[in-house]
Amino acid sequence: MGEFNVNHPILFVLVGIILAVVLAQSVYFLVKSYRRAKAIGMDMKKIKKTILTAAIFTIAPAISIVVTVIVLADSLGLALPWLRLSVVGSLSYETVAAAGAASGMGTTLAALADNMNASQYVSIATVMTLSIMVGIWLVPLISKRLQKGLVSFEQKDKRWSDILQGSLFIGMISAFVGYVFSDVSRLWLSEGGVYTVTEKIQQTGETVSVNYTSTSGLVPVCVMAVSAISMVICGLLMKKLGWKWLNDYALPICMILGMASAIPFTALLGGKI
Amino acid sequence: MKNKNMTYLDTVHRDGTIWNLIVMVLLLAFPVLVAVIFRAAPDWQGVLLGLLSTAPMYWAVGVIEVISFVPMLGAGGSYLSFVTGNISNLKLPCALNALESHGVNPQTEEGDIVSTISIAVSSIVTTVIIILGVILIIPLTPILKNDLLEPAFAQLLPALFGALGVVFISKHVKIAIAPIALMLILFIFVPFINTSTVGIMVPVGVLFTIAVSRILYKKGIL
Repeated sequence: MGEFNVNHPILFVLVGIILAVVLAQSVYFLVKSYRRAKAIGMDMKKIKKTILTAAIFTIAPAISIVVTVIVLADSLGLALPWLRLSVVGSLSYETVAAAGAASGMGTTLAALADNMNASQYVSIATVMTLSIMVGIWLVPLISKRLQKGLVSFEQKDKRWSDILQGSLFIGMISAFVGYVFSDVSRLWLSEGGVYTVTEKIQQTGETVSVNYTSTSGLVPVCVMAVSAISMVICGLLMKKLGWKWLNDYALPICMILGMASAIPFTALLGGKI
Repeated sequence: MKNKNMTYLDTVHRDGTIWNLIVMVLLLAFPVLVAVIFRAAPDWQGVLLGLLSTAPMYWAVGVIEVISFVPMLGAGGSYLSFVTGNISNLKLPCALNALESHGVNPQTEEGDIVSTISIAVSSIVTTVIIILGVILIIPLTPILKNDLLEPAFAQLLPALFGALGVVFISKHVKIAIAPIALMLILFIFVPFINTSTVGIMVPVGVLFTIAVSRILYKKGIL
């Protein structure tokens, strides 16, 4: 097989096979649910729009996942981050797991970057795989019972069941609203307009201290405001002008507007110094 | 394979279980195969210490995620989402948007279909875009890691939840007041609750919101 390196062709073949199966699962469920929608007489025009909306909506987040793959590829090679972020993973999980495995071996990802051997690679891949392996088997184990419970619950008290569903959504959204405000405290915690934090470098897992402007924590808040106001405007256009078509594109449009606004806001309010 | 007594949702659970187990075996096979092919045993001490530093928290969060996300994702959507990942930043918002525009609940068959279709499409598009990214990594790296665009990608989540928040909060204003107030206080004033702990705060937010809603419902306010 030749000497190991983190970008050895055989690694890409293995990852390719796994991802082909994952892709097949998605296609299988798409076809299955599409056929069922047809069979029970759902509005197929609307279903087709759902497909288009989901595809458009996914583009920007998917590109940001590619950025993550590029970041992690510096130390782990391309194949492993490609696998981990296509299946189950997310940036924060994977970086911490990889860095944890490296430190368990008495080293750091940075030190391993140029000369990782197969044993170290296997150890890191094992930790990354086992760490996130919960949902994949727990869903088959409990989701059926969980859903049956919810359905029988709904039959008992329809009104509370609707409120419960709304509460689930709001609960998740509220955590992310809080998240957006998490760095606002830099405004009063800064000294001389500079806020210093110790941060983990994503590529290596090393900690370094980084300086931010005191107003940098306002950038996500402003971005969220732009995106929220855009959504309100979309809502008004749909209601007042009858632009029903906008319904399918409103979320991706507002998200892109918000992301684009981050460029001038970051220039204005600052970020890393 | 067909069983006349099975409902559509039963077949979703059956097929989902089979697919998830296949993918799980393949994922576990990856490090094993690499070890066999390159004749390299893992550093067990490193694996153990690495797992100790990550697994307890990830596993706990994983269990809570399943319990809090499955009711929102529906059956088909759950099987797919917990294989393909990126749930709270991609699959769940995508499904919520689709459910909202169809006006259906994920516990119903229609809701399950809509949620599954949107998550399947999202997973396919994500996988394909990542493949393109991996193939085109050399020309893409300077573009995506460009200083001008970097702030835009850094702010994906605020941009996503700003728009999504308006849609859902405007529909559930009374439910939203307490959890949003709590989350703002926690994220702004508690130092160890920050951008890296949002994964844990999602289930906290969900449980808190349900508790508050239940109280408001019992008091006849909702």
